[in-house]
Amino acid sequence: MLNLVQMVPLVVFIPAIGAIINLFWGAKLGVKGSGYVASGAAILTFIISVLLYSYLTANHGIAQVVDPLPFFDGWIRIDAVDFAVHIPWQFRVDSLTVVMLLVVTGVGSLIHIYSIGYISHDPKYGLFFAYLNMFLGFMLILVTSNNFLMMFVGWEGVGVMSFLLIGFWWDKKGEIGWQNGNAARKAMILNRIGDFGILMAIFLMFWTFGTVTYYDAGEVANTCFQLEGAGYTLPTECESEGHGEEASGEETEAASVEEGEAEHAETGSAAEEEHATGEEGEAEHGLVLSEEELDNSLFYPSQLGVFAQAERLLNLEDGEEIAWDADGNMRGRDVQLGTWTLDIKTVVTMIVLFLLLGAAGKSAQFPLLVWLPDAMAGPTPVSALMHAATMVTAGVYLLVRSNVLIDGAPEAQFIIAMVGAITALFGGIAAVGQWDIKRVLAFSTISQLGFMVAAIGVGGYVAAIFHLATHAVFKALLFLGSGSVIHGVEHGQHHVHEYGRGHDADDEHHDDEFDPQDMRNMGGLSRRMPVTYITYLMGMLALSGIPIFAGFWSKDEILAHAYERLSTGNTLESLGGIIVLATLLLAAGFTAFYMWRQMEMVFFGKARSKAASHAPESVGWMVIPLLILAIGSIFVGFINVPSGVGLSWLFPLHNFTNFLESSIPSITIEGAGGFIWLLAIVATGLAVGAIFLARSLYGHGKAIVAHDSDALGVDPLWNMGGMTRMLWSAASHRLYLDDLYHAVFLYPYERIGYFLAVVLDWRFFHDYFHNNVIHRGFNAIGTILKNPVDIGLIDGTVNGVGKLINWFSGRTRRIQTGFVRTYAIAILFGVVVVIILMVAPVFMNGS
Amino acid sequence: MDSGFLTTLVLFLPMVGFGVLLFVDSEKNKEALKWVALGFSIVTFFFSLALWAGFDNANPDLQFVQQWNWLSIQIGSTQISSDYYVGVDGLSMLLIVLTTFIMPIGILISFNASVLKERGREKLYYSLLLLLEWAMLGVFMIQDLIVFYVFWEVTLVPMYFLIGIWGSEERVYAAVKFFLYTMSGSILMLIAILFVGNAAGTFILPDIIAQVQANPNLWNETAGMASSSTVTGSLLFGAFFIAFAIKVPIFPFHSWLPDAHVQAPTAGSVILAGVLLKMGTYGLVRFNLQLFPAESVQFAPLIAGLGVVGIIYGAWVSYAQDNVKKLVAYSSVSHLGFVVLGIFALNSQGLQGATLQMVNHGISTGGLFLLVGILYERWHTKEMADYGGVWKLMPLFGGISLVIALSSMGLPGLNGFVGEFTILMGSVGSVYLNFFFTLLGTIGVILAATYILKMYQHVYMGDNKPAPHADENTYKLHWTELAVLIPILFAIFWIGIQPGKFFDTMGSSAKQLVAYVDESYDAYETRQADLEAESAAQVETNDATEDSGD
Repeated sequence: MLNLVQMVPLVVFIPAIGAIINLFWGAKLGVKGSGYVASGAAILTFIISVLLYSYLTANHGIAQVVDPLPFFDGWIRIDAVDFAVHIPWQFRVDSLTVVMLLVVTGVGSLIHIYSIGYISHDPKYGLFFAYLNMFLGFMLILVTSNNFLMMFVGWEGVGVMSFLLIGFWWDKKGEIGWQNGNAARKAMILNRIGDFGILMAIFLMFWTFGTVTYYDAGEVANTCFQLEGAGYTLPTECESEGHGEEASGEETEAASVEEGEAEHAETGSAAEEEHATGEEGEAEHGLVLSEEELDNSLFYPSQLGVFAQAERLLNLEDGEEIAWDADGNMRGRDVQLGTWTLDIKTVVTMIVLFLLLGAAGKSAQFPLLVWLPDAMAGPTPVSALMHAATMVTAGVYLLVRSNVLIDGAPEAQFIIAMVGAITALFGGIAAVGQWDIKRVLAFSTISQLGFMVAAIGVGGYVAAIFHLATHAVFKALLFLGSGSVIHGVEHGQHHVHEYGRGHDADDEHHDDEFDPQDMRNMGGLSRRMPVTYITYLMGMLALSGIPIFAGFWSKDEILAHAYERLSTGNTLESLGGIIVLATLLLAAGFTAFYMWRQMEMVFFGKARSKAASHAPESVGWMVIPLLILAIGSIFVGFINVPSGVGLSWLFPLHNFTNFLESSIPSITIEGAGGFIWLLAIVATGLAVGAIFLARSLYGHGKAIVAHDSDALGVDPLWNMGGMTRMLWSAASHRLYLDDLYHAVFLYPYERIGYFLAVVLDWRFFHDYFHNNVIHRGFNAIGTILKNPVDIGLIDGTVNGVGKLINWFSGRTRRIQTGFVRTYAIAILFGVVVVIILMVAPVFMNGS
Repeated sequence: MDSGFLTTLVLFLPMVGFGVLLFVDSEKNKEALKWVALGFSIVTFFFSLALWAGFDNANPDLQFVQQWNWLSIQIGSTQISSDYYVGVDGLSMLLIVLTTFIMPIGILISFNASVLKERGREKLYYSLLLLLEWAMLGVFMIQDLIVFYVFWEVTLVPMYFLIGIWGSEERVYAAVKFFLYTMSGSILMLIAILFVGNAAGTFILPDIIAQVQANPNLWNETAGMASSSTVTGSLLFGAFFIAFAIKVPIFPFHSWLPDAHVQAPTAGSVILAGVLLKMGTYGLVRFNLQLFPAESVQFAPLIAGLGVVGIIYGAWVSYAQDNVKKLVAYSSVSHLGFVVLGIFALNSQGLQGATLQMVNHGISTGGLFLLVGILYERWHTKEMADYGGVWKLMPLFGGISLVIALSSMGLPGLNGFVGEFTILMGSVGSVYLNFFFTLLGTIGVILAATYILKMYQHVYMGDNKPAPHADENTYKLHWTELAVLIPILFAIFWIGIQPGKFFDTMGSSAKQLVAYVDESYDAYETRQADLEAESAAQVETNDATEDSGD
């Protein structure tokens, strides 16, 4: 039987091959051919992801570790006395990975297909598809890796692809092209600040655990869950954590596992174990593992990955020590970091905070979020794929992956919750003040990512991933829809130029002035672009959290988690819960408000420009993904229907949670709780209220208010004056965060850099130090050698001897030594010094 | 024939080439000059690969050793001897291969150098390059202090002339500065070498190390006196350190570097960045760590601190440059700061990372200088403002440049990352440094992005600024240019994805060195404590006698 799981390296290699083909032969293939190659690669990875999913469901979610093709000979390995480094290229297939794989490849494939239509007029299509495929490859490295460092390769790789794709149109003439380049650079540098965090986290992890692997081969992530699924009796700690009855019997076919268990009961020693699961552990009907194999008791802690080690160390009492490795070493809570000795909890807290910094960079969290709105300079499919659906969720993935560490550091978790809440609100407010159709969505993405991070902050790991998945679908839909709108308006503009004014010399000039992304130039597009309109509406409803649509379920789960935190009795947790709950409800209201504002501006009312009134519907390649995603936006929420809502007859409850539980040890089914009617009603009421508010403000042709100083008109909120105007103005300036950074970081950085370079380095070190110390030093030594030594001492000695002779002989004759070259004397002098140095110790020894 | 002959062969092949060049008629056979030089450098490269292939990773000691007595004199009652002593161990193996790898690149990129066409004297030029290769290989192979010093100084001469004759406008100033600055450090080293040779009675490095191992407090007890004073050892350590620090260059000894780099011809810059600077870092490992293990430990925080300052300072200053070549030059200060930090982390991770990073820096920064050289051949300027849209004008070149730039920035999956990562990781675990060294050093990773991306955006992006007098051939890459860039790219990906072979090569040597340093430091501490106790006892007895005398 083909071992499906061994196929996982292909998800990296297939896009790589696609990228290489497009990089070198893209131009020859033509836009269609090029697009087919790229989309084909993406679809193939999707198929593999589905196969991996089916494999996992058939095997009770038991994760597999896969080493890549044999010619990959490890990666970083350093032989050392202690803490030898061994970081391999290694893949991991578990339920969390598979969920990410499905999201990335699923949405990715649709966006690849959409791009065939979108990019067809750009001469750089070959490069574009190559970049998209490369991005896909790196993203899949990120989600399939089995250690933090390989994850980091994907992490940085997508960062570079983001750089290249944000700046894809750097070659536009003049200021626009330069701005695109700036946006790309800004994204990369802010991401690098995040990478700093990841690196620090990896260093700390390595010196704490001696490894950076998530889970080693043969190790089980969630022991309780697996034991339960296999029908073994549960140890007491599982009961207390509340892995209740609800989980069992839903999806898992424990019977077959039990059957096989008898014939595979032999238990290997710890040493054998590492090889056991890869090949031998596999039977016809899937994996069959004994109880020992499921609870990791065959391993010494030092043989486990980061998370299992952290769990054991965190559970130790002060001063308690446990057997650590095969050599009989013991280990307690203390961690030796260079010259410092720290408690494991301190270290884990540091690790989590550094990881949070990394996640803040990649997932555009406060305070590093300023790059994402600028990233909209890239082509729209890129915004949809990377800056909404997949790449920016990497930070969320990383934090969820590190759930064990986060659970061990409640203070850090509280900070995570705060960061997420602030970000959610920040994005929600700033989105209200934007004119650019994509920028609204960008801030919306920031806000939604804030929801996910806040979910992690209140312990809702599954809720975060659930929201990640649903958000990927509806936000990709919204971006692609906006791309369709922009595309339409651009075509309308061309239409106007061709038929209205004919070709004239000013053509290009006018194109530059007209901004097809500015919502003030739109209006009334629902009639011109019906498919785009309907699908956009679906996405909008999903994002606003209107019941039945996908966003409702996932958002509600996050709120439910925050709500449940109130009753845990832990002050910190309760505080986090209440702040998150209040902030997210507010942010949810903003979400519905700015989305409806956008709907009114783009689709309703009258066309406010000629271009908008001539905008055509997009072509088939672009429409099909919209339709698929729109259907997804309606139904994808049903993968994790909570109990208590009366849908159990239709959908299995907590399906998604069950699936993820095998790879997220920190979740409990109880935690993923029932449906809280009160919360759902409040949230829905807020959303609907916000929509009506937006309707009353922007509807009925009031979307834009004419204003003398601004030909395009102003927002009704601005027109209200007073406090509202100030707030709106702040929102439109992105709450002044960019300006703040410019003043506090960028400007000083450049000025100090200039000072260091010109004043300190050049004028002081380069000129002054060289001229006055080195050069004059040499000169001075030369002068001393020449004058006192040469003329005075040597010359003088010789002269003195001459005078002496004179005195003796009575003759007055001056003996001239002649012109002695200074450096000859210098050499002589040097030789004398050397000889003295060489000889002196000998005499000293002898004495 | 012993295996050590191979080392000698690799060492002297460039010299043979040098000799052959002398007999080529430079008037009639300008082409032949190039090819002879290239041929010899490539043959040397292949022989060095053979050396690497035959290298036994498991053996931490010197391999391929060849030794014969060169000097033996009697001064007083002391026998002073100096040998021709070549050998290779894990710490020098990679640098030897790096040298022979960079050299053909330097020669090949000179084939079409306009400055060579302008100023001529090809024969001298290629001879100097081969002479330089010989001298640099000597530095990495020689295990005798006196002979080492000779090779060390000989490297200055060809580089001095390369900068002084074929450099840009301020070449003479730069050449003299380069020479003087390096010399002033070398003099200190010479004095220290003579002292060390005297104290140990030999100049042969392994013999001296054996003595140090026996008594790490050796340098403080040279006059036959057991002394708990640490002054002598510290001074000797400092003399070696300053010589190497100037070469590296470690902040604040770096101010000769921008001049030398900016004024040097392309090949000069490539070799300077690629290999010559590594002589300094190699010297720190080979001499400072091995001869002065205890002092190395004592000074580790200070020197690692200078490394960290260099990382940040170099990057920051680099960001503020308007001149592409200067920007790349300052980036060297930053990169080599990492190397210094790694060395003085004094653990296997740091040391191996540092050694690998020496190779990486040679490849990445050498590559960046190649890029600048290729641009210079077309635009005849080094000012960033005069460039724009190169990526559009030269798409393939733009793509290759991006990879090299990213490698210099330390992108995971490319070579620079592997080195930086292991260095920084080593610095966390170092028992002699605390966490802030790493924290600040890692900030260098952020700063690297700022200057590299600034450079890339200004030169390669933006509006097209065509080269002066451009025709359709201007923007095509010449085959020599492709031929130098492709090996660089290959090395970047190889080390980035599969660095295992590199780590294996240096593994056992680094491990042994680290253990040696740790043990020596412990022994040194014990010895110092004993001596102090002894002298205290001495004082007490003296006091006692005095008391009783009263």
